[in-house]
Amino acid sequence: MNLENQPPMLQLLAPDGTYGVPKGYEAYGKIIEGLDQDSLKILYTDMARIRRFDIEATALQRQGQLGLWVPAIGQEGAQIGSGHAVGKNDHIFPSYREHGVALTHGVELISILKMMRGVNHGGWDPEETRFHHYAIVLATQVLHAVGYAMGVKLDGKVGTGDRDKDLAVISYFGDGATAEGDVSEGLLFAAVNESPIVFFIQNNQWAISSHIDSQTKVPLYTRGEGFGVPGMRIDGNDVLACYAATRLHMDNARSGEGPFLLEALTYRIGAHTTSDDPSKYREEAEVDEWKAKDPIKRFEIFLRRQGIGDDFFEEVKVAGDDLAKKIRAETFALEDPPLGNIFNHVYTEQHPEIDKQRAWLEAYEARMGDHE
Amino acid sequence: MTMSSYKDMAISKALNAGLQQAMMKNEKVLMFGEDVAELGGVFRVTEGLYKEFGQSRIFNTPIAESGIVGTAIGLAMRGYRPVVEIQFDGFVFPAFNQITSQLAKLTYRSEGSMQMPVVIRIPYGGGIGAVEHHSESPEAYFAHTPGLRVVTPSNPNDAYWMMQQAIESSDPVIMLEPKRRYWQKGPVNLDTAPMPLHNARVMLEGTQVTLLAYGPMVTAALQAAEIGAEEGVSIEVIDLRSLSPIDYPTIMASVKKTSRAVIVHEAPTNVSLSSEIAARISNEAFYNLEAPVIRVGGFDTPYPPAKLEEAFLPDADRILEAIDRSLAY
Repeated sequence: MNLENQPPMLQLLAPDGTYGVPKGYEAYGKIIEGLDQDSLKILYTDMARIRRFDIEATALQRQGQLGLWVPAIGQEGAQIGSGHAVGKNDHIFPSYREHGVALTHGVELISILKMMRGVNHGGWDPEETRFHHYAIVLATQVLHAVGYAMGVKLDGKVGTGDRDKDLAVISYFGDGATAEGDVSEGLLFAAVNESPIVFFIQNNQWAISSHIDSQTKVPLYTRGEGFGVPGMRIDGNDVLACYAATRLHMDNARSGEGPFLLEALTYRIGAHTTSDDPSKYREEAEVDEWKAKDPIKRFEIFLRRQGIGDDFFEEVKVAGDDLAKKIRAETFALEDPPLGNIFNHVYTEQHPEIDKQRAWLEAYEARMGDHE
Repeated sequence: MTMSSYKDMAISKALNAGLQQAMMKNEKVLMFGEDVAELGGVFRVTEGLYKEFGQSRIFNTPIAESGIVGTAIGLAMRGYRPVVEIQFDGFVFPAFNQITSQLAKLTYRSEGSMQMPVVIRIPYGGGIGAVEHHSESPEAYFAHTPGLRVVTPSNPNDAYWMMQQAIESSDPVIMLEPKRRYWQKGPVNLDTAPMPLHNARVMLEGTQVTLLAYGPMVTAALQAAEIGAEEGVSIEVIDLRSLSPIDYPTIMASVKKTSRAVIVHEAPTNVSLSSEIAARISNEAFYNLEAPVIRVGGFDTPYPPAKLEEAFLPDADRILEAIDRSLAY
């Protein structure tokens, strides 16, 4: 199945950096044409920052500073584009590769590394950032997102026309996760409840070593149709298409039009995680083909054509290196969590068994500590 | 002296009344699941609530248990207090992932920034002549899972109050409802809760042996104690009420007094609640014991066809046989 050539796929920015609005997609084009130059620059800056961060995180894992790293290189367009299009009240339910989306919502990047180092399992406040915790068991977050959206509707915060009040939910998941029953149940629950939610699939075409061909027999953007959730495919390496489509369909969800599914077709340039070896299952030529469609490169060409010069790109590069340095220093400064964290927050309310075990460990450590 | 008003109710009706109270007191309490709205659930535990509270508070869901629990988690994140019904014990397993890998862990994962006040109601246990998957006792799976609380009432008064206490809990609670006792009647004190949610209760005082039971087996334990009394054996019956956490102080106080313990449940005994309790008794009351802890349970088989369930399920005779063995030491 050659997914890429299956129409329709919204693309506003071709791999060679040419901007054009296909017929029938004028509403999306209008959103982009309404962006000022600073907004465009932010899209570029954040894509470049998150890539630099990703490279640094991989290096930190190789040096034994992180237990694992989950690279997202190649997916910056899908993540930064959609992340910036999410509204200020909206809630985001990520999978575990959405570092770019996290960046757009004020999550401290070091807290992602804390997780990967094993300092904690989450570590940011989802109420404050509206970016919920990473979900490692595939697709579980999709149902949480739908439940949250059901609650938003029960709260009467959909379709009031008050932009400060209304909100919608976006749930990220990958092509591999679409096989999980929770995705199907999520689509169904969202459809029958007419929930304010956008399902955002990043189809990076590889579920560890399983190619998309073994994961689906139909294009993923059609996956919601049988449940009553319409969908469309967008070029996931086109930051502008991702921004415009997310913006438009989140607006629609917020105004009460019900759920929608976006499939961003992209490519995982790196390994599934630092424990993976993609050379065992895919050809380098395929990777090269997708490197040529790089989301950052094409956006740079576009920006240069807009008259943005070397100074800006040099600035971004320096800022990226500074970020990497900062992240490296922060990682080295991370302290191991106190032993009490084993027991904290297992329950909200008092629990006699947990209290007993905490007291036992404390006494044991105090006793054995002398012999270290 | 406080005057309390009492009302006779069946367990199913007491659960219903408890739910009704909770929904009335807190508008964030939602009730949903399969067939719970107009029909009132297959056991009618939610009967009348749809009429009273309407579609925004109680609604039917698609027949998808993972979806039911997964969306309950999302609703809890949004500040609701969902109560969901799983239609039968054997149908909870499609939701097992959401319960054990998500619901139970989200407060821990979020370092306390998130609470999960979700109640999962599950009619459980056998004895109703049902087809496969309608008679199981899955409590050990949930009691084994850190982050969950597991409770089971054995009588109408507890049903009424434990339902409300479970809904008030900020932690997720698995509420196991003894389905074969749904129609068992008893007095409900409408004014005062009998005790905290996680306390065990001494149902009957005795001196020679401690008999520990919960849920549907409490009735059988009380029958055994009655017969035992006629035969001159003094049996202390404790209703555990809470399976996670377990009220060990109440258990140990009793065992230290009687020096003997028999534990009964419907679930297979292998790696069960009674395994854990027996281990704890041997740790905490070792020098008080006159006999090994004896366990009476279902066999380590799948739940058998209905025509064989009478022989599978513990009853007063099987309990008394175990008590005789205990007393023989």
